[in-house]
Amino acid sequence: MSKQTTVAGPEVTELEDLARRARAHIVRTIAGAHGGHLGGPLSVIDLLIALYFRVLNIRPDEPDWPDRDRCVLSKGHSSIALYTTLAMRGYFPIEELGTFDAIDSRLQGHPDMTATPGIDMSSGSLGLGFSGALGIAMGARAAGKDFTTYAVLGDGECNEGIVWEAAHAAQRYALDNIVAIVDHNKLQQFGWHGDTLDHRLSPYTGSQLVDRWSAFGWKVFEMDGHDIGDVLATVARARDHVGGPVAVISHTIKGKGISFMENNYQWHARVPTAEELAQALAELGATPAGGRS
Amino acid sequence: MTLTKGKALRFVFGETVAELAETDPRIVVLDGDLGSSTGAYIFEQAHPDRFFQMGIAEQNLLGVAAGMATVGFVPFVSTFACFAVARALDSIRVLIAQPRLNVKITGGYAGLLAGMTGKTHLMFDDVAVMRALANMVVVAPADEVEARQAIRAIVDYQGPVYLRLTRQDSPIVFDDSYRFELGKSTILREGEDVTVFSTGVQTTRAYEAALLLADDGIEVHLVHVPTIKPLDEGGIVAAARRTGFVVTTEDHTIIGGLGGAVAEVLSDRYPVPVKRHGLADTFGESGPDDALLDKYGISVEKTAAAIKALVRDRGKSGGTATRVAVEAAPDTPGRPGVTDKE
Ligand SMILES: Cc1ncc(C[n+]2csc(CCOP(=O)(O)OP(=O)(O)O)c2C)c(N)n1
Repeated sequence: MSKQTTVAGPEVTELEDLARRARAHIVRTIAGAHGGHLGGPLSVIDLLIALYFRVLNIRPDEPDWPDRDRCVLSKGHSSIALYTTLAMRGYFPIEELGTFDAIDSRLQGHPDMTATPGIDMSSGSLGLGFSGALGIAMGARAAGKDFTTYAVLGDGECNEGIVWEAAHAAQRYALDNIVAIVDHNKLQQFGWHGDTLDHRLSPYTGSQLVDRWSAFGWKVFEMDGHDIGDVLATVARARDHVGGPVAVISHTIKGKGISFMENNYQWHARVPTAEELAQALAELGATPAGGRS
Repeated sequence: MTLTKGKALRFVFGETVAELAETDPRIVVLDGDLGSSTGAYIFEQAHPDRFFQMGIAEQNLLGVAAGMATVGFVPFVSTFACFAVARALDSIRVLIAQPRLNVKITGGYAGLLAGMTGKTHLMFDDVAVMRALANMVVVAPADEVEARQAIRAIVDYQGPVYLRLTRQDSPIVFDDSYRFELGKSTILREGEDVTVFSTGVQTTRAYEAALLLADDGIEVHLVHVPTIKPLDEGGIVAAARRTGFVVTTEDHTIIGGLGGAVAEVLSDRYPVPVKRHGLADTFGESGPDDALLDKYGISVEKTAAAIKALVRDRGKSGGTATRVAVEAAPDTPGRPGVTDKE
């Protein structure tokens, strides 16, 4: 029995344009707030745009619609990517991004389900969001609902034992209403070093992540997380898979889209200077104010 | 008058442990993928072979530290306070506190000022949790001068220690003549109107608040309590006796931290009114440092105002620590946790 695969929405080229604009919002917001993360949000933004515009069955004007698909950003430190996506999708005004990390803001440093419309589960302490997502999927099955739950994890996040505790339980119950997507951007915050202390290694190399998820009984797909066509096709396959849980290893680049941030662990959570911001926006073809050049 | 600027305690931690490791081969540092934030990277640069990256896996991080302690090492565990205390509590309890192993747990980014991260990362109930564990020593230095000495002292001490560290630059309150002693409090200022106990970096704000209050004619007897466990009971009782009226202030909730510890001791040994000033029974939020200090009521000005109001209402309240109510209800997030105020 095949489930619905994608929802109607913008074509791939339009999604690419949305993602490019989202990147500009992200960099501008972090610079304006003088805080927050960049590397992880930039690696995961193409995925989030694809999910929220073409995959998730959601109603932005009714964020708590009980039958909606759920999406849990378990790598919660990439919140700005999620907020940007939600704003562009119409959950709240794009101008509200300017309140990110300010006092009394609905846009907290890490996703807070009590504060922001569209957040299905609080996260920020790595690993926990995935566990909560599993609970949503188990609850959906127990309640006889047929929505799908997506969980987006970091590769560093997969260090956490709780990820594997949840993975085991999902397989034990042969859940096919949950999809775990790992943003495999090959860096964590600090991690292990290579030949020099400045050279930080990927938390997992080669097929290690694929092997681990497979060993836990998950069906595993891989995709290029910056190729939106590939993302749509692979996530649809994952969603349609029956009989057990699916993990998608999404190959990405930390800091993607801004040359000097790419593959550089120091941009995990750095605030750009005015010059860096200008260069970043120029590379994205955007202006400081938010218009298009 | 304000205090001079000083270093953030996280960097003092990295530097001091690296320096001590030059002559003490037992010292190792275990990181939970936060070394670039917690100051542990300074140790990695100095002693790459004695720095162990344990990844984002805090329960294991603390467990491994316990194991290394049994073969003679003095492991310093470095992560944020929230992940050490909350995520890895069972490892700490069963593998470190119960066997009384020689592990030094450093809780980085403790308190309200955690770099705009929000409630997941704001850990201001850490002292309450760690203080409740038997065998655990709990230390919260005020500034870089004290932190340097405290780190030496906890290496010399044999047993588990929780060291509270903070993120932001903190002013200097002690001069070079200061001598930190584990388990001892220290008088920062003498006064006759109210005894104020403070701990951690909040002491720097309490000190500046005391100066403001002096301008207002209120003379604060200010006592800094860097070791919250074991508590300097003699010093606490003597300071309470001095004025007969006690206020505690801390960058921590008013439940179970320094305020709780002081109230426990005084209710047993010298019952006088004790008012706890600190963070309300809440989880906090993201925001710039100054805005957070102000909204949550522990800035210099808000601390001074709270102490002033408590001194003014001293007669009215007439209570003891036990009748203090927590005022902040869940629907009033950020209500400063001042007790017994109208
Ligand atoms: C339990 C827990 N430990 C530590 C952290 C601090 N932290 C935030 S992001 C991060 C690195 C995450 O790496 P990864 O999952 O690969 O994310 P990405 O590279 O996509 O940003 C760490 C250690 C945390 N948020 N939660």
